[in-house]
Amino acid sequence: MARLVVLGGGVAGHTTATFAAKWLGSGHEVVVVTPNSKWNWIPSNIWVGVGEMKKEEVVFDLAPVYAKAGITYKQALAVSINPEGNADSDKPFVTIEYTGQGKAGESETIEYDYLVNATGPKLNFGATPGLGEGGQMGEHTVSVCTADHAEHAYHELQKVFEKAKNGEKQKILVGTGHGLCTCQGAAFEYIFNIEHEANKAGIRDNLDIKWISNESFLGDFGMGGLHMKVGGYVVSSRLFAESLFAERGVDWLIGAHTSKVEKGKVEYELLDGTKGEETFDFAMLIPPFAGVGLKAYAKDGSDITDKLFAPNGFMKVDADYTPKPFEEWKASDWPKNYQTPDYKNIFAAGISFAPPHPISKIMESPNGTPIYPTPPRTGMPAGIIGKAVAASVYDLITKGEDAHLHEISMAEMGAACVASAGKGVFDGTAAAMTVYPVVPDFEKYPGTGRDTDYTFGEIGLAGHWIKHILHYMFIYKAKLLPGWTLIPE
Amino acid sequence: MKKEELNFARNERFQLTMIPSAFVKKMRTCLVWQFFRFMVINIKMLIVVAKSH
Repeated sequence: MARLVVLGGGVAGHTTATFAAKWLGSGHEVVVVTPNSKWNWIPSNIWVGVGEMKKEEVVFDLAPVYAKAGITYKQALAVSINPEGNADSDKPFVTIEYTGQGKAGESETIEYDYLVNATGPKLNFGATPGLGEGGQMGEHTVSVCTADHAEHAYHELQKVFEKAKNGEKQKILVGTGHGLCTCQGAAFEYIFNIEHEANKAGIRDNLDIKWISNESFLGDFGMGGLHMKVGGYVVSSRLFAESLFAERGVDWLIGAHTSKVEKGKVEYELLDGTKGEETFDFAMLIPPFAGVGLKAYAKDGSDITDKLFAPNGFMKVDADYTPKPFEEWKASDWPKNYQTPDYKNIFAAGISFAPPHPISKIMESPNGTPIYPTPPRTGMPAGIIGKAVAASVYDLITKGEDAHLHEISMAEMGAACVASAGKGVFDGTAAAMTVYPVVPDFEKYPGTGRDTDYTFGEIGLAGHWIKHILHYMFIYKAKLLPGWTLIPE
Repeated sequence: MKKEELNFARNERFQLTMIPSAFVKKMRTCLVWQFFRFMVINIKMLIVVAKSH
């Protein structure tokens, strides 16, 4: 009997664990270690953040789902990995610290045969002075990264809306809270939901809504932008995004590293080196991501964290990490099987794996401050990678250590993104986009780096309906209700 | 001045992009057209999903 331990219960971890448990059956054990008691459909946090959904509609309890699936569930934080065991045993193990199940604060070790690191990111609020401390959000801004954050954001937004209803001019700032953020898409969706709600409430004229982002151009989205077919043209996402901002009357500040946050004010540095300030009455700033801080120890107890993890805390896998200039970046640099090079029984899935380099061009201000988006690895790619890793582990367990590993590179993988504005079935609109592949491959697709037949975007009710369907479909799938395996990642 | 063109004057940068006409905005919420687009987008997304697995 083999034991697979999955660290993390988000999109990647949940997908890995549930497929592995289904395929392996009761003859083997799957253990999930996650500090959370609930699963969260993160894309719908946007609607929680504007009060169009309740927090309870975007989360559900993990324990009954894992009990049904035969998965051992430990509500705990992963602390460290001993991939070679220790002085007493050759068996590799992880050390965890409980956060619930009546054992909060207690430590435990779990031996494993295979380990999948799918912890997701640490929300690194502490990287920007005033944005927060470590992984804790500060008091000056809000976030929509978790359901609790989104619920808090809605309450704060309500205060600003109330003032606007009373005739007070209010300033709203939405975007990224650091020069190295990713997840611009979430902030993009949130700002247009706020704008939609303000119109609905009849207070738009009293709100000055502004975008602040580390993108060097609007529509970069951490993917270096994309070219899409719109209205018979192949156009840059820059034009698509700028058009949307102009249509909605939302001004923007781009190429900005948010360097400090205070009550009602952010300080920033731009790519041209100039520095400035922006005031606000309400600000939603996405924090930068980092690895969760897992440590790794060799058999003799020495620290080998840098052997398993990149300096940013994400796990090294089968990517080409050789530093090289932008002009030499290739699609083939990106990992395919997500196996760690030094320990063949450890994999990383979703945002936990260290990308070989950004997708957007690395840029810095004349002062040496890096300002560019880091690559997105959430959502659809996280689910697809999670399933591929589960398939690899299944084959390794059932066919032996020489089994062929399943391969899926982000340079051969697409992603669908639906950014809503409003929630109504007949009055909302959404920007529906697909990109294929996520990582551009200029050898295969000279010119744009992507297949423009399947990289497209358009705005309308249709995308909005898709957003609704995705919400219910993926929560249905994550609850492992009948037919869940038929729903693609 | 057409209503949809007013935003061009609100910000210098807005003048350098495109703003949808009233017809384009209407089509964004036209049920018949959007049902057709819904089918097209879904088919395209399913192809992208299939190519990604």
